[in-house]
Amino acid sequence: MTQLPQSTDRKMGLVIDLDTCVGCHACVISCKGWNTENYGAPLSDQDAYGANPSGTFLNRVHSYEVQPAEGHAQLIHFPKSCLHCEDAPCVTVCPTGASYKRVEDGIVLVNESDCIGCGLCAWSCPYGARELDMAEGVMKKCTLCVDRIYNENLPEVDRIPSCVRTCPAGARHFGDLGDPNSDVSKLVAEREGMDLMPEMGTKPVNKYLPPRPKDKIEDQIDILAPLLAPVAEEPKGFLGWLDKTLEKL
Amino acid sequence: MHPAPSVIIFTTFSGLGFGLLFFLGLGQPPVTGFVAFVFYAIAYALAVGGLLASTFHLGHPERAWKAFSQWKSSWLSREGVCAVAALIVMGLYALGAVFLQSHWSLLGWIGAILSLATVFTTSMIYTQLRTIPRWNMNLTPAVFLSFSLAGGALLSGAETLAPWLLAVAGAVQLAYWAKGDRALESSGTNLGTATGLGRRGAVRAFEPPHTGTNYLLREFVHVVGRKHAQKLRTISFILAFVLPLLLILTPVSGAVIKHIFALFAVLSHLTGVVISRWLFFAQAEHVVGLYYGKR
Repeated sequence: MTQLPQSTDRKMGLVIDLDTCVGCHACVISCKGWNTENYGAPLSDQDAYGANPSGTFLNRVHSYEVQPAEGHAQLIHFPKSCLHCEDAPCVTVCPTGASYKRVEDGIVLVNESDCIGCGLCAWSCPYGARELDMAEGVMKKCTLCVDRIYNENLPEVDRIPSCVRTCPAGARHFGDLGDPNSDVSKLVAEREGMDLMPEMGTKPVNKYLPPRPKDKIEDQIDILAPLLAPVAEEPKGFLGWLDKTLEKL
Repeated sequence: MHPAPSVIIFTTFSGLGFGLLFFLGLGQPPVTGFVAFVFYAIAYALAVGGLLASTFHLGHPERAWKAFSQWKSSWLSREGVCAVAALIVMGLYALGAVFLQSHWSLLGWIGAILSLATVFTTSMIYTQLRTIPRWNMNLTPAVFLSFSLAGGALLSGAETLAPWLLAVAGAVQLAYWAKGDRALESSGTNLGTATGLGRRGAVRAFEPPHTGTNYLLREFVHVVGRKHAQKLRTISFILAFVLPLLLILTPVSGAVIKHIFALFAVLSHLTGVVISRWLFFAQAEHVVGLYYGKR
């Protein structure tokens, strides 16, 4: 049913550390790999080796430049996938009941055999988390690797989403954000984790940890610096004459 | 938003068709027999043709019947239910008018209300989307309803009502454009809130996730056609409202000339509404474009 549950037993989700992400796109590749070979329709590519390749991805990494009022600009890599919103608009707009939010863990999923590929759920998502697969004609989205996290055929260390398992920088964390004592909840509290587009009223479960403030370079870091300071601010002698003469020209 | 021909044809033609069914349900014009058959044939061709066109953009049209199930939460589902209910009720009413020369007015009223409800539910599919500020306004249902009523009045030959309804629809259209142009900015959503980084400084999209395009950009970021938007608005307004008003208000003698004028008024209105509907999609900015530094 596409009515949202009143509440979910757990709120499984991701915490993404924008301070640590190095923008390597390994999570994008591992996500594509796992979700092409496992649950549901594969993530297809069109014209993969041609002039205009495109394809279905459940996770994409953007890069943004932030220019503060003072100081240097900062480059921030920004992975983005389904935020498994508590008030997910993509679920309620679905006309067939294909889109649903699980009561037991809050994961938002698509039942592909009910999906008519109308695209309305993708229209309703502010985050661009859903993509219609061009080969299969059904909506694809992050499943939070529902086929890994409960999979007892996998070693315990692998029972986390593929993107989290792959991240070489440790920028992605997985856990129950509904439990205030979970590691991810503590991390969010400590680092002031934030929602994307809170004004949309979607109440995302996934949180983003803002970049830490950059270290400030003190005025003087080198004890030899005073000795190397320019002796004269204004040029004198030959250079002074040259400067004045060129000014006059 | 990508202005897909299927949705433009669907909203324009079914809007006009259900507008005509609304007036027929109220007994305007009070036709029976073969003339009634022609009126209902036009109304059903428009309404059903539009609905069929809407299935063309589906990934799996063969499963479309499943869309009737989620009326409790989904406006798209409600629209499907309303449309089928309106077509069945008006079909029964049409049987009475065409074959039994009788107007079952209670059935007609129910059919008329269901027809208008179908247009309203169609508009709510777009209005409900907070992700598209230009659609997320009270004026969106007003546009769909007033256009449908004006078109229906024009097609049904409601001579006294049609000019007024055309004028109202024209005014709603102007208000929609004026308010819509400020909608994205006044929504408060920008790249700063999208990334959560806005408090730290000015955010700029530095590098997209892929060098190529993707489904999101094709579906939600359509900027090509916006270049001529202002000119198209003028053309659309003249064709949809000004010209039909002039044509039906011009005093002419003779039934043939009058019908020819009415035909041109309908065709002009329809063309204008198609252009307006194209702009409705092409000019709509989805907030996901912000992530790509676009709008």
